[in-house]
Amino acid sequence: MLNKQLLIVGAGPAGLAAAIEAKKNGVKDVLLVDLNMKAGGQLMKQIHKFFGSKEHRAGVRGIDTGAAMLKEAEELGVEVWLKSTCVGFFDDKVACIEKGMEDGSKKIIYLKAETIIIATGGQENVVRFKGWTTPGVMGAGAAQTMINVNKVQPGQNIVMLGTGNVGLIVSYQLMQAGCNVVCLVEAAPGIGGYGVHASKISRAGVPIYTKHTIKEVKGNGPNGRVSEVTIVEIDPKFNPIEGTEKTFAADTVTLAAGLKPVSELVKLQDIELVFNGPFGGWVPTHNEKMETTCPGIYVAGDTTGVEEANTALEEGKVAGVSAAEALGAISAAEADKQRAEIWARLDGLRMGPFGEKRAIAKKEVMAKFPGVRA
Amino acid sequence: MCMRVTDHVILGQDLNPKMIEITVDGQKVPAKEGEPILAALLAQDIMVNRYTVKRNEPRGLFCGIGQCTDCAMIVNGKANVRTCITPAVEGMIVETQYGYGGANDVK
Repeated sequence: MLNKQLLIVGAGPAGLAAAIEAKKNGVKDVLLVDLNMKAGGQLMKQIHKFFGSKEHRAGVRGIDTGAAMLKEAEELGVEVWLKSTCVGFFDDKVACIEKGMEDGSKKIIYLKAETIIIATGGQENVVRFKGWTTPGVMGAGAAQTMINVNKVQPGQNIVMLGTGNVGLIVSYQLMQAGCNVVCLVEAAPGIGGYGVHASKISRAGVPIYTKHTIKEVKGNGPNGRVSEVTIVEIDPKFNPIEGTEKTFAADTVTLAAGLKPVSELVKLQDIELVFNGPFGGWVPTHNEKMETTCPGIYVAGDTTGVEEANTALEEGKVAGVSAAEALGAISAAEADKQRAEIWARLDGLRMGPFGEKRAIAKKEVMAKFPGVRA
Repeated sequence: MCMRVTDHVILGQDLNPKMIEITVDGQKVPAKEGEPILAALLAQDIMVNRYTVKRNEPRGLFCGIGQCTDCAMIVNGKANVRTCITPAVEGMIVETQYGYGGANDVK
């Protein structure tokens, strides 16, 4: 059986940052596994510039941050298995990986890791309405992947459900890719995301219907594809108000209704989980080292609660430093020093009207860690 | 029609990508070498990848990142291949999947 000092599952911002930090701190044997064709996770489709301060990579496009990290990981000699899925764990940190081979086939590989970091990210929430499974209804992130990574439009006339930052940014990027955004639909009385993103949509003349939801999608297009979308106004208790329906011709509906943590691998371990609404569901409790209740198994990024790329990246760094400490590559004092610096940046990312809720959620999740943090 | 994005304000131009050919349900379909099978299909306006086991309902692109399996198809005879995370290779044979894609399924 193969042996690895550190196995990292998920090569998004958290996993990549963890791998880089572990390598920089002297861990020799780092394996990064990801089921996608390319590393970088969802950073590779973020073509807009990020907000914040300079130390949080503000003004830099996600795609450029991703590319820089990929280069650094390669220069440091991080071993990366792409098109490879970690499908399970046995006791004693034995992982079962379906490895993508050169010739396109898959091979089952068992390996024993001394430490593991689980950074499997998040998954988009679905919204159920009549016709929600019709081909042409998809996640906003899926549409974003198509235009920004695969460079093909998911459709021509698109109705976006949700006006959080994902809904707003993806709507604008769909327009940049030449699609027609018919309208945005939002159940809440106000727009969910930043005003600066909403203004771009409004300036383009695209209507945003607040206090509305999708009532029905009809699939009378070619091969049963989406052909029309009916929206309806809702009352303060979210009940549809009859007679307020509006119907649009559209071939695509994109859902931007938040994300939930991908935590299947975490659940396969004997790791204590807590339910946290703002973080999107069940998440593993962890300490300041990002270590779970299973010693030697760490978590980072959206798996620990849905936030955003920069937070995931910093959490990944913490996990990478902690793994290096556990493997004896650096001293406890050195690890503490590095972690303190990263936590200061994390605290900075969890401030302001959008960040504060996440700061509270993180505190709640960590408070459940046995014996640590009151 | 799902057009390819060949000239993008931020991502720039996609000039002369290497094109290959795959077969989809018996029809020849062009694909950019190495792009996900799903993207090549989408560029041809093919939106349905499979039909469900119980109700025979059409399904297509939903998550685009290998999580949901709605884009599963039969690729080179193997069923349940997630086409959004599987690169297109010259000569590949892709088929719409009905049910589990096996011989005993309802068609």
